[in-house]
Amino acid sequence: MRLSGGVIDRSKPLQFSFDGRSYSGYAGDTLASALLANDVRLVGRSFKYHRPRGVFSAGSEEPNALVELRSGARKEPNTRATMVELFEGLEATSQNRWPSLKFDALAINDLFSDFLTAGFYYKTFMWPKAFWEKLYEPIIRRAAGLGSLSMQADPDVYDKGFLHADLLVIGGGAAGLMAALGAARAGADVILADEGSELGGRLLAETDTLDGKSAADWLRSLEGELAQLPNLKVMRRTTVFGAFDHGIYGAVERVSDHLPVPGNRPRQTLWRVTARRSILAGGAIERHIPFRDNDRPGIMQSSALRAFANRWAVSPASRVAIFTNNDSGHCAARDLLAKGVEIAAVVDSRGDAPQQGDFRVIRGAMVTGSKGRHGLASIEVSRPGGSEWISCGALGVSGGWNPNVHLISHHRGRPVWDAELHAFVPGPDLPKGMTVAGAAKGEGSLHAALRSGAEAAMASLQQLGLRPEALRLPEVEVREENLQPLWHVPGKGRAWVDFQNDVTVKDIKLAYQENMRPVEHLKRWTTLGMATDQGKTSNVTALAVMAELTGKSIPQTGTTIFRPPYTPISLAVLGGGDTGTNFRPRRLTPSHQWAKTKGAVFVEVGQWLRAQYFPQPGEAHWRQTVDREVLATRRGVGICDVTTLGKVDVQGADAAEFLDRLYCNPMKSLKVGMVRYGLMLREDGHAFDDGTCARLAENHYVVTSTTAQAGPVYRHMEFARQCLWPELDVQLISTTDAWAQFSVAGPNARRLLQRVVDDADLSNEAFPFMACANLTVCGGLRARLFRISFCGELGYEVAVPARYGNALMARLMELGVDLGAVVYGTEALGVMRIEKGHAAGNELNGQTTAQMLGMGRMVSSKKDAIGAVMSRRPGLQLETRVLVGLRPLDPAEPVVAGSHLFAEGAVQKTENDQGWISSAAFSPHMASAIGLAFLTNGGDRMGEVIIAANPLQGQQVAMRVVPTVFVDPEGERLRG
Amino acid sequence: MLIPHPLLGLRDAQEFTYLGDAVLLNRPDGLAEGAPEAFNEYIYLRGNPAGVHRELWFHEQGDRSWLIVTRNTLTHEILHAELARDVALKAKAGAV
Repeated sequence: MRLSGGVIDRSKPLQFSFDGRSYSGYAGDTLASALLANDVRLVGRSFKYHRPRGVFSAGSEEPNALVELRSGARKEPNTRATMVELFEGLEATSQNRWPSLKFDALAINDLFSDFLTAGFYYKTFMWPKAFWEKLYEPIIRRAAGLGSLSMQADPDVYDKGFLHADLLVIGGGAAGLMAALGAARAGADVILADEGSELGGRLLAETDTLDGKSAADWLRSLEGELAQLPNLKVMRRTTVFGAFDHGIYGAVERVSDHLPVPGNRPRQTLWRVTARRSILAGGAIERHIPFRDNDRPGIMQSSALRAFANRWAVSPASRVAIFTNNDSGHCAARDLLAKGVEIAAVVDSRGDAPQQGDFRVIRGAMVTGSKGRHGLASIEVSRPGGSEWISCGALGVSGGWNPNVHLISHHRGRPVWDAELHAFVPGPDLPKGMTVAGAAKGEGSLHAALRSGAEAAMASLQQLGLRPEALRLPEVEVREENLQPLWHVPGKGRAWVDFQNDVTVKDIKLAYQENMRPVEHLKRWTTLGMATDQGKTSNVTALAVMAELTGKSIPQTGTTIFRPPYTPISLAVLGGGDTGTNFRPRRLTPSHQWAKTKGAVFVEVGQWLRAQYFPQPGEAHWRQTVDREVLATRRGVGICDVTTLGKVDVQGADAAEFLDRLYCNPMKSLKVGMVRYGLMLREDGHAFDDGTCARLAENHYVVTSTTAQAGPVYRHMEFARQCLWPELDVQLISTTDAWAQFSVAGPNARRLLQRVVDDADLSNEAFPFMACANLTVCGGLRARLFRISFCGELGYEVAVPARYGNALMARLMELGVDLGAVVYGTEALGVMRIEKGHAAGNELNGQTTAQMLGMGRMVSSKKDAIGAVMSRRPGLQLETRVLVGLRPLDPAEPVVAGSHLFAEGAVQKTENDQGWISSAAFSPHMASAIGLAFLTNGGDRMGEVIIAANPLQGQQVAMRVVPTVFVDPEGERLRG
Repeated sequence: MLIPHPLLGLRDAQEFTYLGDAVLLNRPDGLAEGAPEAFNEYIYLRGNPAGVHRELWFHEQGDRSWLIVTRNTLTHEILHAELARDVALKAKAGAV
C-alpha cells in the first residue's frame, strides 16, 4: 500500500507489468517498492524448495526478489527488484516457478525437504555413476534454477573507460558524503561513486534532521555545493565491484539501465579507476534473526521496511510487526506509525526494551513461528510466560548490523570481531591506500558516520600531502543501538539463514553433526553464502549458529571473506564493447582497398585481414579460383600482398654479429646486396621462426619473420639486444607497417618489374637469385627489391612506403595485362609454398626442430647462437621424424592436415604412430592432392606407401612418400 | 597492477608482456666447456619463490624496454623496476 510523503514523483505515474499483469507506480520507485505499493508480496520462488518468497531488503543485498527484466533480446535474468528503477513500460517476470508463481509444481520439493538437506547433492546422486551426467544433473539444473537467458545477441552497446583520482570514495551515504566533501574542498581530485540512483544512503531511508533540516533538504543543498567543486566527480548508479592491485578499482556504471532503451548511450560502462587513496563508506547490512518459517513474503529487514516507508512511501501491509534485539527496530516502528501504518507489536528480545512510541512493545519475547500461504498472515510470539498469535501482514526483523566488509577482503584482508558491536569490522589488513569510514567500520549511527567520514577525509589528505580544512559537521541527534545479541530463535521447524540458497539452521546443525565444521567446509556442504549474493545477509549469522554448536566464540569459529564482484555484474560490461569486429584491432594491408574493388574474399590472419582469393565471374567454387591463380602465376606472373610478414630493420656496427647470434645458421658471411634464408631457434633447441635476412648495406639489414610470429620475434630480438648482449652496437625497429611489400613471381616477373623500376638492370647477372637492393620505382619512389621466392618461380619482392602500396598494386596489374598478370591471395600462396615444399607456420609449430625440418646441418657448430647448444642434446638428436612430401595413390582422394601416419596393415594406435600431415592442399600443378608430413625415418622411405588416418572423418588414405619439393626440384626456375 | 617504469613513470601492467625470472639475463657461453649442463640449468631449473621475485617485463605497448621488476609474488607489491639493459651492462662490467 502507498503511504504519504516519500522521495517519489507523484506527478509522473508509470505503468509496468509483472507476470503479465499491469500495475502502476511513480518515478523514483524501484520495482520492489512499486510491487509492494500494489500489494504484491509474492515475487519469486526459492532456489531449492520452491518456497514462496517476497522482497527481503531494500538494497543490493537482496536474496529473494530476483526477476527477469524486459523481454526479447534485452531479457535479463536475476535482476534484483530492489535495485531496478521503475520506467514506463517495464516488463518483469518471476523466475524458477512452473506453471505459475502462485501454483508452482516443484513446490513439492518442500515436502521432501528432509531429503534435500545439507550435502544432499553429494549423498544422494552418487550412484550409479553414469546417471549423474545424463539424469541427475539435468533434472537438478532444471529444478534449482535462476532465471533464463534470451539466447539472443545483446542489442545494446557497452563501453569501458579509465579514470584517475587522488581519492575514490566508495558509497555516498552520510560518511561518504562528508569524506568526499572534506577531501574535495581541500583540493584533492575526488571520485564519489554510489550504487544507487540518489546520493544519501540511509539518510533517504530514515528521518533524521541535520542542522534542523530534513535529510532531503540537507542533501539538496549539499549536492548543490558538490556540483560547484570541479575537482569532484560524482558517479551515481556506479558500483565499485572490486579492489585490485596498486590502487586500481573496478566499477560498473549503469548508464541506461533505468531507461526503457539506452538510446544512443551505452547501456553500462566498465570503469577502471586508479586512485592513490580510497575511502570505503559502503555502509552496513542489517542482519535478520532466523526463526521458524521466517521466509514468508512480508518478512523482511526492519531497515527495509523503514526505507520503503520513508523513501518510497510504501508499506507491504497495513498492519505490521517488528522483531528486534536493538533500538533500531523501534525507530522503524515509530516511522511506520507516523505514516499511518498500524503497529501490531514490537517484539523485543531484550527484557529492558525501551518504549519509544505509541505502540505495543513485547519485551523479552521472540517470534517463534509464522503463518500465511503466499504471504505473512500472523506471527507466533513466545516469551517465558506463554505464546500468542498476532495477525500482521508484514514483519520487520532487526538482528543488528554487519559492516559491509566486502571490498576490504579482496586482497585477503580479514575482518576482525568487535565484541562490543557484536560484529565483524575491518581489520588492519586493508587494500593499500584504503581507509574505512562510517557504518562499514562499525560507526553506523548518523553522528558517528558523519564524523568518521570527515576523519577519513583528513587522514587521506595527509597521506596525499594536502592540507585539510576544518570541516563543520551538521548537528544531529546522538543515538545508540543498545544491541543484545540474539542470533537465532531456538526451536523446531525450519529457520532460514541463507534465503537465496535455501539453507536453514537445521542444515548447519547437520553439517556440524557430519563434522563439516570449519567455515570453508560448512559453506561447501550446505552451499551457504555461495549464491549470487555471496551470503551478505547470511554468513555472519551462520557463523554464530556454528559457534553456538561448537561452543566456541564467533571469531574462533572463523570469518568468511568476499571476492569480487561486490554484486553480480554482466559479462557484457566486462567485455566493454569488445565484441564482433571490435574484439581486437583489425589491420588492413596496404592494397586492401584495391583488393576490395576486385571482389576479394578476405580472411583473418591474426589481426590482419588478408585477401584469401579473388573470384572471377563464372567461378562457382573457391577451388576453381585458387587453381586459376596458381596456374596463372606459374604460367605468367602473379602478384600477392605480403606486407603482413614481420619486418625488422637492424642497424649498427655490430648488426652482423648480433644476427649471427640470433640465427642458427651463419649470417656474418652474408655479402652486402644479398639475402639469406634464416632459421631462428628457441633457446631450448626447437625451431622458433624463419624468414629472410637482407643485407642492404654494411651495417644495415632488414629481416623478416612469419606473419603470425612478427610480434614474438621482435620481442625476442629486443630481449637478445637489451638483456643478453647490451654491449653490441645495434638498433632495432619494427617496420612491418611502414613498408608495403608485394611478391611478384612467375616466368614473366622480371619483365613486369623491369617496367616499374627506374633504370635498374634486373638481368640474372646483375641481380641474381637472392640479391637485394635499394632502388626507385615509378619515377623516383624509393623502394627495396629482393629476389626471393616463396612459390618456387622466378620471384621478387618489391617494397615501397606503405602509403604507396595500393597504387603500386594497381600499377603492377595494369602494366602486366599483356604478361598474363594475376593477383593471388593467401590460399594460392599456401598451395604454391606446399608445392615447393617450403615450411610455414604449420611446420614451425613449436614442437619441431631444424633436424625435423631437414635443416639440421644448417645449425652452425662454429658459433654460439641461440638454441644451438640445446638443439644438439640427445633427446632431439634421436628424433627421426623428418619432413617429407606425400601423394595419394588416387589423386582424387582428399588429404587432410592433421591426419596421422601408419605403416600399411599396422594397428592404428599411439604406439604405431609414425607422424602426421602438417600441410595439405590440392596442387593444380600436380593435378593431385599433396601433403607435407613429418614421418619417422622419412628420408629413407621414398616411394613407400603409408596410410594417412583421419579417424574423425573415417578416412584412410594410401599415400606414397615423395620428396618435399613438387615443383622444379632443381631450382632452375628460381635461378633463371 | 601498475609498474613504475624507470623512464616513463607509473604504467599500467596491461601495456607489458611478462617473460619470467630475471636469471634469463645470465645466458651461459655456448662455446664453453660444460655448455649443455649450463644451458639445462639456465632453461629449465628456476626458483619459484613465494615472496620477492626479480622478473622480466617487456613494455610492448610502450617504449619496448625490457624491465627487471622486483615484485613480491604474495602481495603483488612492486619494490623496484630498472632497465634490464642497465642491469645486464653492469653485470658484464663486473664480470670483466
